[in-house]
Amino acid sequence: MSIDKETARKVAKLARIKVEDDALDALASEFNAILGFVEQLNEVDVDGVEPMTSVTPMRLKRREDVVTDGDQQTKVLANAPDARNGFFAVPKVVE
Amino acid sequence: MSDLNTLTIADARDKLRAGDITSVELTEACLNATAAAEKLNAVVHHTPDLAVEQAKAADARLKKGDAPAMCGIPLGIKDLFCTKGVASQAASAILNGFKPEYESTVSGQLFDAGAVMIGKLNMDEFAMGSSNETSTYGNVLNPWRADGNDTALTPGGSSGGSAAAVAADLCLAATGTDTGGSIRQPAAFVGITGLKPTYGRCSRWGVVAFASSLDQAGPMTKTVRDAAIMFQAMAGYDPKDSTSADLALPDFEAAITGDIKGKTIGIPKEYRMDGMPDEIEKLWADGRDMLQDAGAKIADISLPHTKYALPAYYVIAPAEASSNLARYDGVRYGHRAALGQGDGITEMYEKTRAEGFGDEVKRRVMIGTYVLSAGFYDAYYNRARRVRTLIKKDFEDVFAQGVDAILTPATPSAAFELGQEFDDPVQMYLNDVFTVTVNLAGLPGIAVPAGLDGKGLPLGLQLIGKPWEEGELLNIAASLEDRAGFVAKPAKWW
Repeated sequence: MSIDKETARKVAKLARIKVEDDALDALASEFNAILGFVEQLNEVDVDGVEPMTSVTPMRLKRREDVVTDGDQQTKVLANAPDARNGFFAVPKVVE
Repeated sequence: MSDLNTLTIADARDKLRAGDITSVELTEACLNATAAAEKLNAVVHHTPDLAVEQAKAADARLKKGDAPAMCGIPLGIKDLFCTKGVASQAASAILNGFKPEYESTVSGQLFDAGAVMIGKLNMDEFAMGSSNETSTYGNVLNPWRADGNDTALTPGGSSGGSAAAVAADLCLAATGTDTGGSIRQPAAFVGITGLKPTYGRCSRWGVVAFASSLDQAGPMTKTVRDAAIMFQAMAGYDPKDSTSADLALPDFEAAITGDIKGKTIGIPKEYRMDGMPDEIEKLWADGRDMLQDAGAKIADISLPHTKYALPAYYVIAPAEASSNLARYDGVRYGHRAALGQGDGITEMYEKTRAEGFGDEVKRRVMIGTYVLSAGFYDAYYNRARRVRTLIKKDFEDVFAQGVDAILTPATPSAAFELGQEFDDPVQMYLNDVFTVTVNLAGLPGIAVPAGLDGKGLPLGLQLIGKPWEEGELLNIAASLEDRAGFVAKPAKWW
């Protein structure tokens, strides 16, 4: 499987990372080097093998459905690049 | 008293408890060493005021006789750990200015035990790298240099700042994290001990996430005994991390008995790589002899899926990273790009992430996005997870045959030169060839310094243990350490 410039553009868009047009060819070739390396996985017979979901067998714990945290608006907003009136501020989303 | 910064944790603990030294004296020795080592670029956020304040509190506790083992011990904390009110950036520009309002569980447990923080340590950006060259703070220099050669060497990565700081005696020990070898490879490159615990042993809460199913915090120390002492304070169940194991902790230091008679050490044939340097081959054979000499039985074993570990890792880790790093969007914390006229929220995301992430991080996020995208999920991601099941089964099989631990080289070479141009990213990834299987299988692994190469640079051996058997692993590692008798230190040039 080979990644071309258009696929690289699409992946960058999906990842929400701006990549200039003149950098896409180099990016595609790096992707191809990495994906070429992982192609080896096709040699392995994985018929009937379950994909790993948890590396140590464990059952996730349950807890009471009660509020355990919250009421920390100032702390939550303390690191925001732009916070106003108790909210995170972003460019206009809805026209 | 001079050179207090060169003490081990165990010796410092005993002297502190005996009242021979104070934590303030010990901390000041470390702060002085750190201030004189700016060239190494290992410490990126200095916290001397906090350190002295913590040291004073530790001295008060010591005086009252209420002092856990880590009380008063100066540590460096990897920048990946969120530390309350202190910059925590994962060595990324996208977290410029970020000061957490909370403390990671692991650093919090260390501080509760009385440990002192001298500062935050350099690393590869988001722990993605094997040479500490992807950091927004710039390269860390390895305190070691080849004989008669001033060329700057890498301390390894991603915990390169932790490795350099401990090897140069800037602190008594440091925290590291290990996703594919990021504690063990740098430890080996600077001649110190690095323990990657069983997955689930140390809480991941408050540690900036790279690949959540692989990430594990651990100690980087001057000796195996120190690793046991520090690990004791880092480990334990944490309700805030759903994958944290609710298991009782044994006394890890007490597990170091020096007796490994009758233990079976496996030597996996698949770790004998083509083109492996003779020096690594010899070190490995020497390690085998040392453990045999200590009374262990040696068994040749096979871990047939070893060669597929790196390719599986380079699907699984980027996939998890692309998901974890989606949170860096310029909204809640860190960097936000300046926007142009008419730019909307999508442009804000795209510009922020383009400016904030370095090249290696972008590459991995995009590879992860690709392998998780519609049409490729089964071919890449699910196949890699199936191969991961087989890699783990390889280990389960040899442990079921009676193997207690596995001995391998820690790295395929000694520390290499900074600034090497690689033709493709895969060449850098090969650094983790001996360590990455351990993360995929969730096992504990430890790197122990075992010798010097022909140029006078440290080389390490790795021991891999059974799940939750860090005590036994530390005991075997201590026997190896004892017989290897590694005492070399880098000659001070910085």
